[in-house]
Amino acid sequence: MHPALSIVFFTTASGAGYGLLVLVAWAALIGHHAPQTYFGITGIAVGLGLVGAGLLSSLGHLGHPERAWRALTQWRSSWLSREGVMALLTFLPALFFAWRWVVADQIASLAAWLTILGAALTTICTAMIYASLKPVRAWRNLWTVPIYLVLALYTGGLLTGLLLNAYGLRGPFIPFFVSIAGILGAVLKIGYWAFLDGGRSSSTPENATGLGAIGKVKMLDPPNTEANYLLKEMGYRVARKHAGRLRLIVLVLGFAVPIGLSVLTLYVGAVAATLFSLIAVVSGAIGILAERWLFFAEAKHTVTLYYGASRA
Amino acid sequence: MTDLPKTTGKKLGLVIDLDICVGCHACAVNCKEWNDGGHMAPLTDLDPYGKDVSGVWFNRVHSFEAGDHECGRTVHFPRSCLHCETPDCVTVCPTGASYKRAEDGIVLVNADTCIGCKLCSWACPYGAREFDEIDGVMKKCTLCIDRIYNETLQEIDRVPACVSTCPVSARHFGDLGDPESKVSKLVAERGGMDLMPEMGYRPVNKYLPPRLPKQQKAAPLMPSEEVEAKGFLAWLDRRLSR
Repeated sequence: MHPALSIVFFTTASGAGYGLLVLVAWAALIGHHAPQTYFGITGIAVGLGLVGAGLLSSLGHLGHPERAWRALTQWRSSWLSREGVMALLTFLPALFFAWRWVVADQIASLAAWLTILGAALTTICTAMIYASLKPVRAWRNLWTVPIYLVLALYTGGLLTGLLLNAYGLRGPFIPFFVSIAGILGAVLKIGYWAFLDGGRSSSTPENATGLGAIGKVKMLDPPNTEANYLLKEMGYRVARKHAGRLRLIVLVLGFAVPIGLSVLTLYVGAVAATLFSLIAVVSGAIGILAERWLFFAEAKHTVTLYYGASRA
Repeated sequence: MTDLPKTTGKKLGLVIDLDICVGCHACAVNCKEWNDGGHMAPLTDLDPYGKDVSGVWFNRVHSFEAGDHECGRTVHFPRSCLHCETPDCVTVCPTGASYKRAEDGIVLVNADTCIGCKLCSWACPYGAREFDEIDGVMKKCTLCIDRIYNETLQEIDRVPACVSTCPVSARHFGDLGDPESKVSKLVAERGGMDLMPEMGYRPVNKYLPPRLPKQQKAAPLMPSEEVEAKGFLAWLDRRLSR
């Protein structure tokens, strides 16, 4: 599948934003950072900012962005519609929570819980857009939703670490959290790649054409001599040959480096800790962008069976 | 709503005979011609006279080789929207632009409300939907809805453009929900099949498989050994061989 930059950015940025919102709300609920107004307001602002930037970026993918409001209407059947509705609904408790914190210096517990719930449901909806597509084996499986959820929490954890260090609120919780979520994320990705490499879709050129009774089916002539929309969108191949190297980048820059730097922040001075957590965020961003790029580029669609692919 | 209708009054669709399709592409060309000039106009072509030609087509004709050796054959394979009974291309649509008509089962896109998110084209296993980059909306086969109900046309012409143009009658149009219709009988008689039934989309369009000879025999080849001549030819052979 063609990895549209707008969608790669949207899913990663909004995931990190929701992860950050969850951790800020959680920190407020357990009372750790309740008096730290600046941490709270910055966290919510950056979180909602990433979510908003992601949503705006996803509009760039549309042929008619001015009609985007229509996408809120079909929540009964469409995961994309559900995602849009949930994303907008989540803004309400998050903004109320932020307003109480800043203006009244109070933690609105119900709003904090609703923010956490909304963030989780929106991320699940995003993942389900892909996990519900039957023609793409790389997406329609039990790995997709857990990976989206864990990576959202993990990248949100990296951002939370940076903010806490920047406001001098260091503690062992975030390095611990980032390590657990990061290791879980890496294990899930390795398991997912093994799933991707180890099996094949039940669709073949034989049942795509119905000609299996005669024997093996091979493409003789394509219908057109030039590329078409189907081949550009569904037959994307550029990144596949670099898949091995990109997977290594995901594991090293996406997981190993940020986890190591997060743990190191506990053993250095405040300035070095802030610098380390900043590098962890940048490295993690590069790694997780590569992860999301691969999620699209490695995914094969059954329509390629009509264009000479022997498996999908 | 993009919820699917529970049942449709009719199940209008195509039956495509892979036994006799000659791969001439006339159906694809006439489809493009009709839909360029009719209800859907224009059906975009990008850089039509340049090096990187591409455009929106509702019907594309592939050619495959099936089987090997004497059992093997070339099969021409027209591919278009199958107007499935339970298609995800409709249910994934976030706006309601993609819908299946309750009265006849035709799957359509409302170009006035489509936001061009392309998700329906990802949800179609068969590649039936193509995005129009100029209009910014998704396009697909309409089963020539502007022909089949068009009372200004003669009755014989009220069939999809691809069906009307096929020079070998490899394409048939009718109500596949009516077991007594001509197309349903053809499907029953010839073992009409669904493409990728494992997807669970329940295509309405059916494909008739190529007929297989009852007994596969190797085609007679040129005799490889010289035949012994007799009589006058043997005499001539001897004379000339000297």
